[in-house]
Amino acid sequence: MAYPVSDTSPIATLCQSGVYIVGVAETALGEVRDSTEFGMIASATLEALDEAGLARADIDGVFVNYMGEEGSVQVADYLGIEPRYSDSSDLGGAAFEAFIHHAMLALSAGRCSVALIAYASRQRTKRGRGRVAVAPDDSLMAQFELPYGIPFPIGHFALVAARHMHCYGTRPEQLAEVAVAARQWAALNPKAWVRTPLTISDVLASPLISDPLHKLDCCLITDGGGVVLLTTADRARNARKRPVRVIGAGESHTHWNISQMRDLTVTAGVVSGREAFAMAGVTPANVDFLQPYDAFTITVLLALEDLGFCAKGEAGAFVEGGRLGPGGSLPAMTSGGGLSYNHPGALGVLLLIEAVRQLRHEAGARQLPGPAIGVAHGVGGLFSVGATVVLARD
Amino acid sequence: MRVTNAPSEYGDPLSRPFWAAAAERRLVVQACNRCDHRQFYPRPFCLACSARDLRFVSIPGSGSVYSCTVVRIAVLPDLPPPYVIALIDLDEGARLLTRVLDLECAIGDRVVLDWLMREGKPPLPVFRRANPRVKSDRSAG
Repeated sequence: MAYPVSDTSPIATLCQSGVYIVGVAETALGEVRDSTEFGMIASATLEALDEAGLARADIDGVFVNYMGEEGSVQVADYLGIEPRYSDSSDLGGAAFEAFIHHAMLALSAGRCSVALIAYASRQRTKRGRGRVAVAPDDSLMAQFELPYGIPFPIGHFALVAARHMHCYGTRPEQLAEVAVAARQWAALNPKAWVRTPLTISDVLASPLISDPLHKLDCCLITDGGGVVLLTTADRARNARKRPVRVIGAGESHTHWNISQMRDLTVTAGVVSGREAFAMAGVTPANVDFLQPYDAFTITVLLALEDLGFCAKGEAGAFVEGGRLGPGGSLPAMTSGGGLSYNHPGALGVLLLIEAVRQLRHEAGARQLPGPAIGVAHGVGGLFSVGATVVLARD
Repeated sequence: MRVTNAPSEYGDPLSRPFWAAAAERRLVVQACNRCDHRQFYPRPFCLACSARDLRFVSIPGSGSVYSCTVVRIAVLPDLPPPYVIALIDLDEGARLLTRVLDLECAIGDRVVLDWLMREGKPPLPVFRRANPRVKSDRSAG
């Protein structure tokens, strides 16, 4: 299957020769007590290599975030590999979608031939997730944000949600729709952390944490992670499972300090989505499902608007009536998402894994009917980073 | 509360004038000497025209609420919830993250500057609603 190319830059043309995801695997999920994060990544890497029909020594590109200082160097050491392309870009939870972008360029330019994207966290068993950020004393955050007691990152997302509600009349019930859809999907996923039924009233009855966000507008805190392997068309032929093609990718960021975000209702997804869709030569109308970064319900509404699935300000109405849930016209968070399946601190890698499984048509009870094109959209930092990936079954 | 401020304690030379002014309960932002653009936080260049010639100017600290949230969980040991975190659009053009000392705060409310005394740190700029007798339609309930 060919896609029209509207992005005619040299690198986009290079990418048209084909970059494929050939192996994916989750790490152990939930509460992980019998392995370190590095052990989790190693086990998942071996599983993904098996799917790809590749060997550990074939990996010559490593893309890692949050695995400590010089994370890609540490992970490569643990896996016993000496890559010729290495990337530890810290783009928050969106790093993994951005890594697809980076790996696509590196593979297309011949600077590596097999790329590994990896992440693991035991934030739950380590109780590592605090409400307060730690910042050096001379940092802007230590001076101008932390002394006020803003909860990280819930307060930042709450400010965005409040502004969106003010500007567009978005209602708490509409935010709750997102959590309900995620839970409906989770009920179909045996690996999901929470699978009990959830209603809009349940979300609204859960305690307010930072208005307008309730506890159930916020994601889980679990252990987990995953790996993704990419390679070029020629080597993808060895894969034991159907390769999934990367047809578009883009990234951007708008701010770090929330006071510098120009418009709280417009995210970096505008640019990352525009870049990714242009490279792919498709529009949101061609997309069969969306894997948005559902760290908070508001994150999903802004992804829908900024990627162009609906107009600015209309996402609240768009999600009503179960549009994102099973049987809805835009299935989203089909694993159960960060809200109900798993959120290991950085969710991006799990969005990619679920997208690949849907496009391979191997998602079990939650499998969509014959999807051909899917989008994963990562969000990082304090609504800072957007990174969008368009994948296709070809 | 006793004020024991050491304006340079944050170790950021560029923001030293901001905290020195705060010690005198003055709010300052940077103004560009070439294009008069106002900006916050302090940088060694103008965001509008890239000029490197900037000065600090005192501003009255009136503005309006761009967004706000009532925080209902404990974040800092000495700050019991609930309290309001807000982004304030100052009339001079810059935007600040801060607190509004009024649970009835709503987006669009007019606010005025106040100062929160802190032990061992310079006073912290916070805001109050300009006309607290006018009830907003938003319950802090």
